Amino acid sequence: MLFDLLGITPQALFGQLLLGLINGSFYALLSLGLAIIFGLLNIINFTHGAQYMLGAFCAWLLLHYFGLGYWWALILAPIIVGITGIIIERLLVSRLYHLDHLYGLLLTFGLALIMQGLLRNEFGISGLPYNIPSELSGGQNLGFMFLPNYRGWVVVASLIVCLATWYMIERTRLGAYLRAATENPTLVGAFGINVPRMITLTYGFGVALAAFAGVLAAPIYSVNPNMGADLIIVVFAVVVIGGMGSILGSILTGFGLGIIEGLTRVFYPEGSSVVIFVIMAIVLLVKPAGLFGRRA
Amino acid sequence: MKKLKFLSALALSTALMAPAAVAEISVKIGVLNDRSGVYADLSGEGSVIAARMAVEDFDAEAKGITVEIISADHQNKPDVASNIARQWYDEDDVDVIADVPTSSAALAVNDITREKQGVFLVSGAATSDLTGSACSPYTVHWTYDTWALANGTGRAMVEVGGDSWFFLTADYAFGHALEADTSAVIEANGGTVVGSVRHPFPGQDFSSFLLQAQASGAKVIGLANAGGDTINSVKQAAEFGITQAGQALAGLLVFITDVHALGLETAQGLVLTESFYWDLNDDTRAWSDRFSEAAGGQKPTMVHAGVYGSVLHYLKAVEAAGTKESDAVMAMMKEMPTDDPLFGQGEIRVDGRKIHDMYLFEVKSPDESAGPWDYYKLLNTIPAANAWRPLEDGNCPLVQ
Repeated sequence: MLFDLLGITPQALFGQLLLGLINGSFYALLSLGLAIIFGLLNIINFTHGAQYMLGAFCAWLLLHYFGLGYWWALILAPIIVGITGIIIERLLVSRLYHLDHLYGLLLTFGLALIMQGLLRNEFGISGLPYNIPSELSGGQNLGFMFLPNYRGWVVVASLIVCLATWYMIERTRLGAYLRAATENPTLVGAFGINVPRMITLTYGFGVALAAFAGVLAAPIYSVNPNMGADLIIVVFAVVVIGGMGSILGSILTGFGLGIIEGLTRVFYPEGSSVVIFVIMAIVLLVKPAGLFGRRA
Repeated sequence: MKKLKFLSALALSTALMAPAAVAEISVKIGVLNDRSGVYADLSGEGSVIAARMAVEDFDAEAKGITVEIISADHQNKPDVASNIARQWYDEDDVDVIADVPTSSAALAVNDITREKQGVFLVSGAATSDLTGSACSPYTVHWTYDTWALANGTGRAMVEVGGDSWFFLTADYAFGHALEADTSAVIEANGGTVVGSVRHPFPGQDFSSFLLQAQASGAKVIGLANAGGDTINSVKQAAEFGITQAGQALAGLLVFITDVHALGLETAQGLVLTESFYWDLNDDTRAWSDRFSEAAGGQKPTMVHAGVYGSVLHYLKAVEAAGTKESDAVMAMMKEMPTDDPLFGQGEIRVDGRKIHDMYLFEVKSPDESAGPWDYYKLLNTIPAANAWRPLEDGNCPLVQ
């Protein structure tokens, strides 16, 4: 009855919900990295989209020049891109901690433009082909939709990484140090913990998460220099809705907004690119600190 | 010292004046297109290279015409394109604007060109409105249009039994025009359109829309989009097993750069319509080799070829008319038959439509291809007489 009212079959609805969840996986992974970086470094990392793109390019380069396939890329690309992140943090970002947010934003945004421009010059804009690994090709007929195995893998991989990260930060000693350093870096430093090194590694880890998402995306989206540029704006909205710096908030909002966006694609496709921003505006009006954020 | 300065100034001024004595006409061509976004590979710097090649081949200098080529990035935004076009005509003394992919941007430049009485040589844009309801005495639409694409790919698909269609349409002027023109062709040939979905431009994830297309049960899913959107749609259609399950995919506007990005494994079997392919004949191969050399190995798209052809014809018209005054040049361009190594012989109609053959291609399988850029096999040549919308059907006010 309800389905008649909505003009859509239950099969189609379940299918769209599942697709939303898959897209949400990318939002969750990316917003998680952003939230961690913002939480500890107080830097709005506008390079995040470019670092996601670097992950995908890294996967392609590993395959093209070293013959290393998808599974190697899934491990190596986050490490390689993460190391570049550490270098960027040490050389550039670390000089801005005592300045206004705006400087960090300008620096990271500029870096993103440089990375995209360099790769565009080298590889063009149309993108590079990257195939789904043979182990994950094909799909399952779920009755209400055909689920490609690879998309299923994306959801599982993303959930595992997100939950592991959440556990590490909220439930381990290392995470406790991290959270403590967020609250009061001077005091934590006084206890003999090397706070600057922890900050550097955190940035590297956040960047590695973006690169991991990039490798996951390579077989299903076009691998091109702009692939992160559009996505990152959406991901920022996700972080704002979830509450800046909230780990669990960014994960839950990532998946949730993926689903909402998926439903919009059925009922009002023309609006699917703005729905997240409409929600962001409403949330900011009602709860300025975000759904899961704490007021400072 | 003062004397030396005076002498050198004199020498400089005579040096500057010397070519002016030979060159009676100086022309400034502005190549306006996407240099950083989704259409940068199919137009972009390649179109500037193509324009430069046209000037070289025309041997402008020897014929007393000096040509300067400038370029700008319109970012696929009509407002940015309008601003640049106005500045070019008003302040930079640009005589001709060439290329301009993205239909909404091209329509904006079309209006400004009419107002400023410049010359607009369209290669990259697709909408058939440019020679229809929005036609202008100062616009030539060279390479292709939505009507010709629909007529080529749409008709071919219906003829092999694909008589029910569902559209994935990019939500802007180009997508709407392509969907409308293709629907008309399908219905005229006895097929039906069961539905369509309009997706934001540019998009990234098309799986929702593809699933809706799948649920519609249509035999053919028509992709009324372009560039990165088409690449992602085709890639994801293969992933979701849509083509394996029996629905056919019709790429209504696919460029060779898209096929290159998709890889033949994914793109094989796609049927598409283009007006140019580098491997058509000896002339196109020779020209494309020169282009590749200048463009870092990339083969030219039909948009690049169109910029070359249109600029070459424009320069011939300037030479024949003996002036760069827009009305005289436009009259000459329409009066003279066109002839170039890429499109062969043709003509420009009163509505601004350039007439030449179109080609129906099928993308090769990896086994059939000899290597990079060897992608198409020719299915059919659509003769110029049948390839374009009949003059009287376009509602162009210039056609009486």
